[in-house]
Amino acid sequence: MIKSKKTQRGDWIFVIICIFVAIICLVPMLNLAARSLSSSDYIIKGEVTVYPKGLNFKAYQYVFDNAKYVRSFFWTVFLTFICTFVSLLMTAICAYPLIFHKLRGRGLINIIITITMFFNAGTIPNYLLMKSLGFLNNPLVLIIPSCLSVYNMIIMRSFFYGIPESLRESAEIDGANYLTILWKIYIPLSKPVFATLALFYAVGRWNGYSDALMYINNKREDLYPLQYYLYNILKSQSDLSAQEGFSTPGLSDTIKSAIVMFSTVPILIVYPFLQKYFIHGVTLGAVKE
Amino acid sequence: MAKSKESPASDSEVKIKVKTRISWKSSFKKYWQLYLLLLVPIVYFIIFKYGPMEYIITAFKKYKMNTSLWDMDWAMDKKKNTDIFFYFKQAFQDNQFLRALKNTVVLNLLDLIVGFPAPIIFALILNELVFTKFKKVVQTIAYMPHFLSWVIIYSLALRIFATDDGLLNLLINKFGGTSIPFLGEDKWWVATYVFLGVWQNFGWGSIVYLAAIAGINTELYEAASVDGAGRFSKMWHITLPGIKPTIVVLLIMNLGNILGGGFDRPFAMQNSLVLDSAEVISTYVYKKGVLAAQYSLTTAVGLFQSLVGVFFLLMANFISRKLGERGIW
Repeated sequence: MIKSKKTQRGDWIFVIICIFVAIICLVPMLNLAARSLSSSDYIIKGEVTVYPKGLNFKAYQYVFDNAKYVRSFFWTVFLTFICTFVSLLMTAICAYPLIFHKLRGRGLINIIITITMFFNAGTIPNYLLMKSLGFLNNPLVLIIPSCLSVYNMIIMRSFFYGIPESLRESAEIDGANYLTILWKIYIPLSKPVFATLALFYAVGRWNGYSDALMYINNKREDLYPLQYYLYNILKSQSDLSAQEGFSTPGLSDTIKSAIVMFSTVPILIVYPFLQKYFIHGVTLGAVKE
Repeated sequence: MAKSKESPASDSEVKIKVKTRISWKSSFKKYWQLYLLLLVPIVYFIIFKYGPMEYIITAFKKYKMNTSLWDMDWAMDKKKNTDIFFYFKQAFQDNQFLRALKNTVVLNLLDLIVGFPAPIIFALILNELVFTKFKKVVQTIAYMPHFLSWVIIYSLALRIFATDDGLLNLLINKFGGTSIPFLGEDKWWVATYVFLGVWQNFGWGSIVYLAAIAGINTELYEAASVDGAGRFSKMWHITLPGIKPTIVVLLIMNLGNILGGGFDRPFAMQNSLVLDSAEVISTYVYKKGVLAAQYSLTTAVGLFQSLVGVFFLLMANFISRKLGERGIW
């Protein structure tokens, strides 16, 4: 880290680069927000850039009145909560026992788990398994198959390792059993890592669409998570738009923009508050000591 | 992402284990609650991670609906002169597969060349910022794209890159240029695909490197300053060597993924105009397998992909260790 007291001329070059980078990150979102709030006339004329023209909230009104969309939104919120809860529970009960050095069989279990990180049977074997389990068109397929990520488990385990063993040992001497130690010592001390992994799992579920694409068909449209619902709206038109160069046929662009905005905002509101946690989490998972 | 080796504790732990290893019986007696906890994840791994592996055998059999895996006929057929690797051979005679294979390699290589250094460079730039508040704001903004799904990124891209009213093309038109078909022409699509990959990941990817930079001994910088080293020579001689182990680990993981790559990104971004460049193995498998029910062929393709991935990972790890770097295990 360079901490010179007075700023040098060179410092400003890096500031300018960073401002430029930040603009590139923000412009697409601003453009989307502007379109969702503008009147269609200005959009068709190509006058909407990063601020709304002809400000109105009609598109949002349309979205809120659209029962199908609202349903998909709340179903996804519900699904995300369930998935996050189940995943955190699974991750914790997998990571916690593996920090006990004396536990026999620990090495073998570690190997069994690690192999799955590097070797994947493939899309079709997974599909055939889901089929034989009766998971196709079943809400469970959106929750269970992805409920435990080895990578996240390793992050949690690294965090658990960082908690002094002496705490655990003194609790053992006081007669606490291992479940109590997990519940009373490890989980309360691990709030940062739980926050991080909750974010990872929640984002994964909120943004995922390929499982719904593969395992759920239009007989159970009510199970479509928001992103897949969005995919269908956008894709039904976008092949056409790429060919003909129009981004606006079909459902009006204002409305589509409002839908996309509405599907993005929940996560964009949450993540800045968890920043210090997830930075630590990513670091735990990837930097080799 | 790198598999973290268990924590600094693990080296000393090996020694402890040798000394105080307890018998299975007393382990069960002492830790039965822990085994009970582990039972659930283990069952999960067996069913959902090892369960699919049973179906790999589909690649060597003629898939038949409503037949148990074990009752299907082997792909071997003496009369038709086919052997057990029939479906693998079929794949390599299928032009669509060869196209997908080529595209996967090309797109992943471009991602590696452009996308891999981007977070490193960004981390170096951030590290040079002296205004802490500003740095934090930039970081928060740069992490944002990581939280967007590919469906959303594509819909954002459509609004920026569309030929008629996309923001960028409006700008180009304004300066007298003609619109560029960013999403409708093969070479432009590839460029856009790679750019969006960088856009999504450069900020998030920089977190790891920033952490590694923070771990470099500050005395090194002070000593270099005394010796009259400038900003860039410090970057080159101190910061980069300091984060080299991190770079190597992530590079190995990336090389292991050369035939892999996700499904969400290409599938969300592709359209019928650019399939010649945009069809990758994962989307090919989805279309031929899930949609067209050619299970044996696509299982074979998936197995080939997984094995090549493992091979590349092992190779990269081996080479890195030969060169005196630490591998991922």
